[in-house]
Amino acid sequence: MTDVPMSPVPAEKGRSLWADAWARLKANRAALWSAWYLVFMALLCVFGPWFTPHQFTTIYQDYNRVPPSFSAYPKPGMIDLAVRDAVQRARVQLAGWEEKDGKILITITSAKPIDERMTRYIDRSSVFEETQVVQKSADSLKLVMSTSLEKQYFFFGTDNSGRDMLTRTLMAGRVSLAIGLLAGLVAVVIGVLYGASAGFIGGKTDEVMMRIVDILYALPFIFFVIMLVVFFGRNFVLMFLAVGAVLWLDMARIVRGQALSIKRQEYVQAAEALGVNHWGILIRHIVPNLLGPVVIYMTLLVPQVIILESFLSYLGLGVQEPMSSWGVMISQGAKNMPSANWLIAIPSFFLTTTLFALNFIGDGLRDALDPKDR
Amino acid sequence: MLRYVLRRLLTAIPTLFVIVTLAFFLMRVAPGGPFNQEKGLNPVIKANLERVFHLDEPLWKQFLFYLQNLLRGDFGPSYNLPDFTVGEMLYDGLKVSAQIGGYALLLALIFGTALGVVAALNQNRGSDYAVVALATAGSTIPTFVIAPLFQLFFALTLHWFPVGGWGGGAFVNKVGPVLTLMLPQLAIVARLMRGSMIESLHAHHIRTARALGLSDFAVVVKHAMRGAMLPIVSYAGPAAAALMTGSVIVETIFQIPGIGRYFVDGALNRDYTLVMGTVVLIAIFTVLFNLIVDILYAVIDPRVRYD
Repeated sequence: MTDVPMSPVPAEKGRSLWADAWARLKANRAALWSAWYLVFMALLCVFGPWFTPHQFTTIYQDYNRVPPSFSAYPKPGMIDLAVRDAVQRARVQLAGWEEKDGKILITITSAKPIDERMTRYIDRSSVFEETQVVQKSADSLKLVMSTSLEKQYFFFGTDNSGRDMLTRTLMAGRVSLAIGLLAGLVAVVIGVLYGASAGFIGGKTDEVMMRIVDILYALPFIFFVIMLVVFFGRNFVLMFLAVGAVLWLDMARIVRGQALSIKRQEYVQAAEALGVNHWGILIRHIVPNLLGPVVIYMTLLVPQVIILESFLSYLGLGVQEPMSSWGVMISQGAKNMPSANWLIAIPSFFLTTTLFALNFIGDGLRDALDPKDR
Repeated sequence: MLRYVLRRLLTAIPTLFVIVTLAFFLMRVAPGGPFNQEKGLNPVIKANLERVFHLDEPLWKQFLFYLQNLLRGDFGPSYNLPDFTVGEMLYDGLKVSAQIGGYALLLALIFGTALGVVAALNQNRGSDYAVVALATAGSTIPTFVIAPLFQLFFALTLHWFPVGGWGGGAFVNKVGPVLTLMLPQLAIVARLMRGSMIESLHAHHIRTARALGLSDFAVVVKHAMRGAMLPIVSYAGPAAAALMTGSVIVETIFQIPGIGRYFVDGALNRDYTLVMGTVVLIAIFTVLFNLIVDILYAVIDPRVRYD
C-alpha cells in the first residue's frame, strides 16, 4: 500500500464525549482535590511502612499506650520506672541511679555475687542500649553500670501492646484499600457480565436472571456476608472475593437497564443497518456507553466495601492479628477510649477522610459523565 | 383497595417461602453445627441432643418439620440459649429494636424533610451548602465511628448520658443509639428531599399555583412538598424494615438487647432456629413495609390507583 499524502488542512478536531467529561471533571475542585488526596493516601500506605522507624509487629514493652509525640521517647519521667522494671527482672536490688553526660548510671546490689552478664537484662528493655559495667566491688556484690538511652520516635503513639501506631495505621490502610479495590472489582466484573448478558439476550432468559437477583435481594444482606465468612474462614483474600460476589446485585441491575436501553438506540440500529458485526457494535457503541455508570458505581462501591470490611472486622470476623485494617484499629480504639483517645482518633481520621475523598470523586464522576442530572 | 392488599399479601407467600428455603439450606451447608463446641461434647450427649432437636434426621425431613412449626407460628427452641424459645427472644428483642429504629426513622424523616425543603428553597446559597455538607458527612462517616465518638464526648467527658445499656428503656439510654442510628438516615432523607423538591418547584403546576396568587406557604407545603414526598416514602419503607429489625453495630456498641445481635451470634454459633427466626422476621417486615409504602403512594399521589 502506498502512503496516502496527509491533507494539508488539518481537519477540525471535534471534542469527544470523553474529552467533555474530562473537562467537567477538572472543573470540579472537590473531586480533583479528592483524587490527589487519594493518590497521596495510597502512596503513603503502600510505601510508608518501609520508611517508618518501626516494624508493625515489633512490641516495645516499655511503651504501652504512649501518646503521640514529635519528640523522642523515653520522656524524662519514664526513665525511673524503666530502670526499676529492668532491675527487677534481673532479680537484684536497685541501690540508685543518676543521669550523667547523657548516660544513665545504675547501681545495683545483691546478696549473691553479681554476674557481669547482668547488663543483658538492662539492654533487653526497649528504653536502654549499650549497657556496660563501669565499676565492680571486690566481692562482686555491688555493680555500677552505664547505659545510654535508646531514642524512639512514636509520632502517632503506640497501641495497647506497645506497637507503633504510625506503621500500623499505614499497614491497615494497605489492607483496607486493597480490600476495597479487590472486592469492588469482583463485584463490577460479575455485575457487568451478568447484567449485560441479561440485557442483551433478553426475553425469558432475562426474566429468569432478574428474578434470581430479586430473590437474592430479599435475603438479608448481613446474613449472606456472615454465611460467607463462615464458609471461607479467616482467609481474608477469599473472604473479600466473596464479599465482592455479594455486592454485584446493584451493578447487575444498573447494567441490565443500561444495556436494554442502548440496544434500542438509533445509533445501534444505524450501525446494524450499515452491516457492522455484533462485536463491532459491542466494542464501539455499547461498551463505551455502559462505561459511564459502571465507573461511577465502582467509585461509590469501593467506600461501601471498605465500610463493610470495617464492620466485619468490628465484629471480629474480618482481618486477623497481627495484620490490621482501619476497622480493626477503630474497634480496638473504642475499647480504650477514655484513657487513650488517639487509638480511635487516628484510624477514624484516616478512614473517614478516605471515604470522603472516594465519595467526592464518585459524585464528581457522576456530574462529569452524566451532566443531565445536575 | 382491599382486593389489592389481599393480592399483595398472597403474592408475598411464595417470596417468603423461597427466602425461608434458601436461608434454611444455606445455613445447613455451612460446616459445623450448634453442638460442635470448642471443648468437644461427649459424643453420647451430642447424639442425644441432636435426637431431641431432630438434627439426626434427613435434611428434607427437618425442613418440612420446620415449615410445619413455622406455619403454626412456632419458631422452635434456641439451641444455644435453651431456656428460651426463639419466639420469646424475638419478641423481647423486637420491643427494643423497633423502638430504637422507629424513633430514629421518625426523627430522620421529620428533620430530613425539613432540611431538604430549606435547602431546596435556598438552592446554591449558604443554608443549602450547609445542608449538603451535613448530608455528605452523615452518609460518609460510618456508624461505628460516630457511635464511639458520641460515647467519648457525651458519655465519658460530659457525663450527659450513660455509655451504654438499656436501663429498662430509660430516656437517657435511648438518646445515643437513636441519634447514631438517625444520622445516616437523616443525611439520605435530606439529600433525597432536596433533589426531589428542586425538581418539584420547577414543575408546571407550581408555576400555575404561584400565578394564581397562592401564598408561599400554600405553594410549598400543599403543592410542591406533596409531590416531592414520593421518593421519601418509597425510601422509608425498606428503611423502616431494616431499622426496626435492629442494627448490629449500634446494638453492640451501646450494649442494647435487640435483635441485631441475635442475628450475628446465631449465625456464628450455628443456632439454626434463631437465625431462621430472624430471617423470617426481617422478610415479613420488608414485605409489610413495602405494602404500606404502596398504599401510601396512592394516598399521596392521586394519579396512582390500585383498582
